[in-house]
Amino acid sequence: MTVGAWEAFFLVVHRELCLSFRRPEQLFQPLVFFLIVTTLFPLGLSLQLSALRDIAPGVLWVAALLSSLLSLDSLFKSDADDGTLEQLALSGQGLTLIVVAKTCAHWLVTGLALVIVSPIVGTALSIPTHAFATMMLSLALGTLTLSWLGAIGAGLTIGLRRGNVLLSLIVLPLATPLLIFGAAATDRAISETSTAGAVYFLAALCVFTCTLAPWAATAALRITLE
Amino acid sequence: MWTWFYKLASPPYVYGVAAAFAPWLFGFAALAIGYGLVAGLGIAPADYQQGEAFRMIYVHVPSALLSLTVYTVMAVASGIALIWRIKVGHAVAAASAPIGASFAILALITGSLWGKPMWGTYWAWDPRLTSELILLFLYVGVMSLRSAFEDPLRGDRAAALLAVVGVVNVPIVHFSVVWWNSLHQGATIVKLGAPSMPGSMLWPLLSMWLGFMLFFGAVLCMRLQAEVLNRERQASWVREAIK
Amino acid sequence: MTSDFWSMGGYARYVWPCYGIAGAVLAWNLWAAGRYLGAAKVRAARALAMASSEAR
Repeated sequence: MTVGAWEAFFLVVHRELCLSFRRPEQLFQPLVFFLIVTTLFPLGLSLQLSALRDIAPGVLWVAALLSSLLSLDSLFKSDADDGTLEQLALSGQGLTLIVVAKTCAHWLVTGLALVIVSPIVGTALSIPTHAFATMMLSLALGTLTLSWLGAIGAGLTIGLRRGNVLLSLIVLPLATPLLIFGAAATDRAISETSTAGAVYFLAALCVFTCTLAPWAATAALRITLE
Repeated sequence: MWTWFYKLASPPYVYGVAAAFAPWLFGFAALAIGYGLVAGLGIAPADYQQGEAFRMIYVHVPSALLSLTVYTVMAVASGIALIWRIKVGHAVAAASAPIGASFAILALITGSLWGKPMWGTYWAWDPRLTSELILLFLYVGVMSLRSAFEDPLRGDRAAALLAVVGVVNVPIVHFSVVWWNSLHQGATIVKLGAPSMPGSMLWPLLSMWLGFMLFFGAVLCMRLQAEVLNRERQASWVREAIK
Repeated sequence: MTSDFWSMGGYARYVWPCYGIAGAVLAWNLWAAGRYLGAAKVRAARALAMASSEAR
């Protein structure tokens, strides 16, 4: 029975979501990490409200980056461990399609979750509510880009000892533009200046990465699976 | 004419070429660097604004340019190795990485030493400095990834992919002073139009650049020989080659 | 000339370490490459010796 490309895409996304929700604790861990890391900064620095507002965008973004990195491990690892990844690669649907489906599903349960939780974190960091829209938009674009960069990194580091550390070492340098422009966008939103430049740049990075990363991630998987 | 290009895919040929070229490249590098040092330190006049401190340009600019060039060499070699499955490409990439990383570190340190008297600070989070630091992290990432794999070929291919993905940073480093308001000064030689520097200051700089490039070539030849040997240990030509 | 040259217009403590570190990096490259090549040759000779002794 042949399955069309769109059908295959939705099947894989459905499978990934089912597997993720089967263990809800796994979904909450990166979010809790996000919350904990964000609280560490005000506690460690014991700042006045106004000073906290100054560092808030940077702290928010660093915490989002780190918690996204934590969750990237689950993208390919469990499938690679039990051989499902090879089956998917041999399935006759293009490996790229599978990778796109897995990464989209991954973003839905990690990046999107971060975006939804971000108002809570924003309040903890005394980010004013009028900045929330830009903050959430920039986080959405940024986490999507990060999921893709992470897909490349995860594809390269499946099954390596200390693969986590290497994954961070690979992904973080590539993710620094995200951090810079995401924090800039949130910062401008807080000070109520024009956020257009930073958000457009984030969107451009997102489009660039979403277009080219699937090929790179597929190539990475092929290298690992060979 | 293209036969020499095809020959370069052969490990024993590359080994022989590298062994033969290395001493010549070192010799010419020494000459170019020697002239550059003498002319740059002794003959070129002091800068109107920066005084004698500008002479740091003669090591800072070549090392920065080299860090970018070497990454490009590494990325191109990696691309060739990935697309056409030519293993010599992996050897070139593996040989270039540590050299390029050392040049990136040198560029950052010399830049820092130049920044203190000129800008009043050893470091600034400025687009060019940040992207050069990211370049260093990419070098380290490529080297770490290569060594993390048990199977050397798989390690080579993974590192090659990362090198190709990271090459997007090279134009960012170069154009950072154009695209953003940067503390770092703009391009003076690698740009369209005439260089914005007088001849007496420019020639030693070009000579140092050339000398560093030749030096990279020489060290690359030595490391390339080693990388080829490491990948072809059991081959029959190795017996003759290492006598 | 000499004392002016060494003092580099007052910037000596930046200029000379700069050149010194540059020289050190170049020297390290040369030394490390030489060491790496030597080790590779030794490993290759050892691998060949093992292969030929196995063949016997």
